[in-house]
Amino acid sequence: MTVRAGSSSYGANVWRELRRNARAMVGLLVVGVLAVLALAADFVASDKPYYLELDGQVYSPALLDYGVWLGLRRWPEPLLNADFAALAERADAVLWPPIPYRSTGVDITGDVFEAPSSKHLLGTDGLGRDVAAGMVHGIRISLTIGLVVVAIQASIGILLGGLAGYYGGWTDLVLSRLFEMMLGIPTFFLIITVAAIFPPSIYTIMVILGLTGWVGIARFIRAEFLKVRALEFVAAAQSLGASDSRVMLRHILPNAIAPVLVAMSFGVAGAILAESSLSFLGIGVPQHVVTWGSILAVARTNTFAWWLAVFPGFAIFLTVTAYNLLGDGLRDALDPRLEI
Amino acid sequence: MLAYTAQRLVLLIPTFFGVTFLAFAIMHLAPGDPVELFFAGGLAAGTAGIDADKLVEVEQAKAELRAELGLDRAIPVQYALWLGRLVRGDLGRSLKDRRAVWDKIRDRLGVTVEINVLAILITYLVAVPLGIYSSVRPNSLFDQLQTLGVFMLYSLPVFWVGTLIIIFLCGGDFFAWFPPAGLHSLGYDPDWPLWQRLGDRYYHLAMPLLCTVYTSFAALSRFMRTSMLENASMDYVRTARAKGLSERVVVLKHILRNSLIPIVTILAGLLPALIGGSVIIETIFSIPGIGQLGFQSVLARDYPVVLALFAASSFLTLLGILLADLALALIDPRISFERGRA
Repeated sequence: MTVRAGSSSYGANVWRELRRNARAMVGLLVVGVLAVLALAADFVASDKPYYLELDGQVYSPALLDYGVWLGLRRWPEPLLNADFAALAERADAVLWPPIPYRSTGVDITGDVFEAPSSKHLLGTDGLGRDVAAGMVHGIRISLTIGLVVVAIQASIGILLGGLAGYYGGWTDLVLSRLFEMMLGIPTFFLIITVAAIFPPSIYTIMVILGLTGWVGIARFIRAEFLKVRALEFVAAAQSLGASDSRVMLRHILPNAIAPVLVAMSFGVAGAILAESSLSFLGIGVPQHVVTWGSILAVARTNTFAWWLAVFPGFAIFLTVTAYNLLGDGLRDALDPRLEI
Repeated sequence: MLAYTAQRLVLLIPTFFGVTFLAFAIMHLAPGDPVELFFAGGLAAGTAGIDADKLVEVEQAKAELRAELGLDRAIPVQYALWLGRLVRGDLGRSLKDRRAVWDKIRDRLGVTVEINVLAILITYLVAVPLGIYSSVRPNSLFDQLQTLGVFMLYSLPVFWVGTLIIIFLCGGDFFAWFPPAGLHSLGYDPDWPLWQRLGDRYYHLAMPLLCTVYTSFAALSRFMRTSMLENASMDYVRTARAKGLSERVVVLKHILRNSLIPIVTILAGLLPALIGGSVIIETIFSIPGIGQLGFQSVLARDYPVVLALFAASSFLTLLGILLADLALALIDPRISFERGRA
């Protein structure tokens, strides 16, 4: 949605309505901060210093890491496979990121199940991994899952809903049975079943969640297409010789798409919640991947480690609430009578 | 109305087939074979140094077990056989312990239904008055606090709250106010007087029940509030006020009664929730209910149990959708499903 000065487009109206809604703006702010943290995760929590002065040489290992990852640079000899914490001991100057750990930095011999301290701000888990680092990198996984899942749901929902609503008749009858079938499936149980019998992987989770949650969008788009199809401008476009796909994509869809945004905002919250539930049950992401849900799962069996429950759970709560508030605000801004 | 009901019931059948076939196909196409799992358990139990003859023997035994369970046939055939047995009321036997599936489900059903019935009751008793009270003075301080409060509750992930309760309230390093698992205390005696047995049971169910209800206040109280506000702006309410009725009578007799219509229809939609135990809550608090049974059966690839739960749940969901539609039509004479009449 672009907002042009002086215009009073639909997008501008919605944005103005949204800005008046304090709760939605709080949601938007949290969503924005989380997105920035997700992008900058490698610089917020990393076991490589920003700045390292060693034997008269100046390095920037945190940046260099990206170069090596892209295949553009090589690690210089003194830093190759180095333990930066040990290097820093004899360095002339060093500047660490705010959280000087990797999310996957296992330390079984050292600080296992450490309570929060000045060394590990939010404590460590059973493998000695820093919880703060895990949480910062967990934002990435949560948001990626949320966005990919919603993209899959919206694509399927818009495609099938659009076809059913536009063509009607047999197409509609068959697709409507499919929608009803999807409604009749005990979704969470199906998700648990599939997640448990396939090998754990983030991609499996994305696909299952994406393939199960689209029916709300499909039913909504179908109803909108049914309504808009009967309007004069569609008949006009058709009589001018526009193809079916052009009528659907260029003429009808723009009139039906806005409320899908609301469903998508709620969808991100739902997907993040579902992923963390699965990881909490131990059938989500694989063991070596650190997510909010998988940190919480450790607390389930180690009930003394309160920090493993309190912090990641709060992160999930905050994120889910932010997307729900945003969705709520968007709904009110688009059309207060809308029921999604 | 009758014709419409019959038509909807007929349309339910292909949908039900679709759902169960999907579940059937997923479970049989997925990697992980229950027979292999069954044998892996036996092998791990100590058959070190297996020779070639033994391996052939094991393979034969596996093939026999597969044939006995019907797992060697094509999936559509297996599905047809399963459906045939389902129609005759036979849910098959568990692969894990060879008990009849229905017996396993019956053992677990009681506690799950008990939790869900109580949860629905509590939800209605709390959320409906909240919704009514905030609609009387919309946008008042109470209304805003109430909306915010139930919204926050709704957003709290159940598995987080459950884990926090276990850590902070159920033993551990903090308070030991509630039991962390199960339905009975250690010294439980079936000969205890009724009040003591009930007290012990609800002492154990209190926290699981809390986790079940707290998220559901938001939807219902919001629904109630909207329904009240919609009716409050109707002409008949103005008429009631104009003829001098007290505000109390207007709200309780005129607005409230009409606002209850949609609330009643929601009840039908709760049908599947009645037997569907929460996997997460029952896992956290070790409640031997349907959710725990489902989760354990999924992990053990116990297909017959998983399929039975799937079928029951989807049947009740579809029935719930239908009943909600019909209840709406029965209660509100303005809604008609007959063609030609509006």
